[in-house]
Amino acid sequence: MLEIRHLAKSYGDTHAIGDLNFTIGEREFVCVVGPSGCGKTTLLKCMSGLLAPSSGEVRLNDRPVTRPPEEMALVFQEYNRSLMPWMSVRNNVTLPLRHKKLDKAERSRLVEDAVEAVGLAGNLDRYPWQLSGGMQQRVAIARALAYQPEILLMDEPFASVDAQTRADLEDLILEVRERYDVTIVFVTHDIDESVYLSDRIVVLSPSPTSVKEILDVELPRPRDQVETKELGEFARLRAHVYRLIKRETARVAQ
Amino acid sequence: MRRVAPVLEVLVPIALLGLWAVWSAGSDTFYYPPLTDILETFNETWLFERVGSDVVPSLLRLGAGYAIAVAAAVLVGIPLGLSRTARRAASPIVEFLRAIPPPALLPLAIVVIGVGNSMKIAIIAFVCLWPVLLNTIDGITGMDPTLNDTTRVYGVRGLTRLRLVILPAAAPQIFAGMRTSLSLAVILMVISEMVASTNGIGFFVLQSQRSFAIPEMWSGILLLGILGYVLNVLFTLIERRVLAWHRGARASALS
Repeated sequence: MLEIRHLAKSYGDTHAIGDLNFTIGEREFVCVVGPSGCGKTTLLKCMSGLLAPSSGEVRLNDRPVTRPPEEMALVFQEYNRSLMPWMSVRNNVTLPLRHKKLDKAERSRLVEDAVEAVGLAGNLDRYPWQLSGGMQQRVAIARALAYQPEILLMDEPFASVDAQTRADLEDLILEVRERYDVTIVFVTHDIDESVYLSDRIVVLSPSPTSVKEILDVELPRPRDQVETKELGEFARLRAHVYRLIKRETARVAQ
Repeated sequence: MRRVAPVLEVLVPIALLGLWAVWSAGSDTFYYPPLTDILETFNETWLFERVGSDVVPSLLRLGAGYAIAVAAAVLVGIPLGLSRTARRAASPIVEFLRAIPPPALLPLAIVVIGVGNSMKIAIIAFVCLWPVLLNTIDGITGMDPTLNDTTRVYGVRGLTRLRLVILPAAAPQIFAGMRTSLSLAVILMVISEMVASTNGIGFFVLQSQRSFAIPEMWSGILLLGILGYVLNVLFTLIERRVLAWHRGARASALS
């Protein structure tokens, strides 16, 4: 459903993205991992239509993406900067629905369902700054879900929360994925996280970015923070991705 | 300390007034009459004999000039804040106009608009415009880029974006500008009334001095001080209400 074709992006003489090609299928959960500074955020901005690529294209449902499409939602890493501090949780989640043709009842049903799905029912009238970091990111996820996207892009969404909260949020995202039946592209620099969450992993090379390898993750679902991570297959995949990234980083360093 | 501070807030002014009263008691200097005389005159003059003839006209000029300035500054500031091109084109003019010392415009304003209320309102509005305008522009250009990306991704556009995202994001800055403008408004109200007027508090103060009614002059100065203080308190109350989220967000970011 989402195709990245010969995508390249340069800023002046700096080639951030070299030549990227991959495809994401319907209802897939794909993690994109790469060494730090490999242009993951640039890639995500191109995929979401926020940034025009220098060459190549991104196609969603066979149409080129030139501006943010309606079928797409994005969860940013900086939850504290993407939520509006002057709006209650309810109004934050409602904001993207304002231009959709929905009647009032339908709109508040979507909002309340999404907030309930992320485990924040009862916090509708609180303000983001009254919530913890993990809860704020849940609000951002609820906002994305209420928007009813076909595809959800996530830019290192759990990078700024503590380890325990992070595990909770990982399980949360697996849950809501089932419930909302949505395709997810999840950018992260955390290898464990990518193996734990995904159906497939796209491993990127350092800048100028290209695809290093694409791996299928055939771990059983539902995933479990303890049991899944005890599996031999988990360890094998984790080590494999780790070596890919490590080798690339070492090669660049030389 | 927390409990002492509010008490001091009341006690220090009272103590200073007391000192003034003691120091000036029995004074026979013409220019520094006893505080009791000033207060007596204050009572006779402002409670409430001259309220209708001087205070109300002054406040109306102040209010009208200030309101026009804030509305115009925000309206002009929005496009300038949103468009870099517009900003570059307007910036020399803005910098030039705001560099003119406002009282220097009075002679011109009198010639062009006359000596009536419109002249005073125009002068107040012209002066109050700049702090609000510059702060509106700053507030909008300083918006977090992530916020901008968020509105784009979720298709929040046009008036919804302006009303629910851009203006609230810039509101703390806009209020900072409005606070500066408020004190400018009081200053210009007084000056414009001193130069060309037949009523108003500024007119009264100058007129009293010219007719050697020194306690009256003092009482007018006192009234202006009180007026400025009260306006500031009112402003703070409104600001706290409108920007409650800002205080909350800042407090939680610091903790």
